[in-house]
Amino acid sequence: MAQTVVHKANTRGVADHGWLKSYQSFSFAGYYNPERINFGALRVLNDDIVTGGMGFGEHPHDNMEIISIPLEGELQHKDSMGNTATIKAGEIQVMSAGTGIYHSEYNADAKNPAKFLQIWLFPNKRNVTPRYDQILLNDTDKRDEFVQILSPNAADAGVWIYQDAWFNLGKFNTDVTKTYNLNKKGDGVYIFVLKGEIEVNGQILATRDGFGIWETDSFEVKAISDAEFLMMEVPMEF
Amino acid sequence: MQKIEILIVGTNKPIMETIARLIDKEEKWLATIAYTVEEALALCRLKDFSLVLICAGLSKDEENQLSLSLKQLKADLPFVKHYGGGSGLLYAEIYQGLALQ
Repeated sequence: MAQTVVHKANTRGVADHGWLKSYQSFSFAGYYNPERINFGALRVLNDDIVTGGMGFGEHPHDNMEIISIPLEGELQHKDSMGNTATIKAGEIQVMSAGTGIYHSEYNADAKNPAKFLQIWLFPNKRNVTPRYDQILLNDTDKRDEFVQILSPNAADAGVWIYQDAWFNLGKFNTDVTKTYNLNKKGDGVYIFVLKGEIEVNGQILATRDGFGIWETDSFEVKAISDAEFLMMEVPMEF
Repeated sequence: MQKIEILIVGTNKPIMETIARLIDKEEKWLATIAYTVEEALALCRLKDFSLVLICAGLSKDEENQLSLSLKQLKADLPFVKHYGGGSGLLYAEIYQGLALQ
């Protein structure tokens, strides 16, 4: 029988630094909740709002797969590998921090806030050579389908990372129901609702709720209203 | 106040210095850096650390050697692998690691 966990939006950690408001689904920086450390290889899911013109100054990372998904606005990225780029809604950025990188990330707009998801996964290999990639997601306007945006395979749709993980975005019209079949036995899926209401395994989920499901091969997602959501399939043991 | 001493082991100097600075920001914690397995084991013989954080840059063999040697040298000394390279996961790793004592 499937195992599940629900993280309602209002139970997330909150960090308010003035220029940054961060809603944290799992323990991060000053937010420590021993019951909310990770979901399998998914270690960080931060729902960040950065004030216009502000951002994260240069700081290090190592041994982590770091995925950024802008939801609104644009972020200016610069790193120690020589990459300078702007990412905006409809794109996805990935960094394999490996042996270590430095980077900075600023809201490219001086006035309007930038909203983005910052997602960290434990890598399946420590101390890899750092790498950076960002792509435009072509199919995110498709409705009523799971649209793959990340996988472990370079040749597959979306970006790739050093972990057996698959991310899909869904934009469903009201009452649409689809079955998600897991790619790998032993994986779990963490669903994060971006907009609207969905039902998964009998659980109603509203905007910014999180829901983990594992010990199952498949499950149904039903849109209660027009809804957008991110599904992150990750190994539960890694 | 007796500080909780934490040994951090890794090869990336700027990242190690950042991690040490973040640990030292906590009044009750004190970080010591080792850049090699040999240095880490020598420090463990000299001092009673409460926790060892294994950071980036050691090869898999070196990480295994360090883990095995630490178990032989000080069986009760907890060690955890550090991920992320900065403040994001550091505090949770330390709290969890210290809870293993």
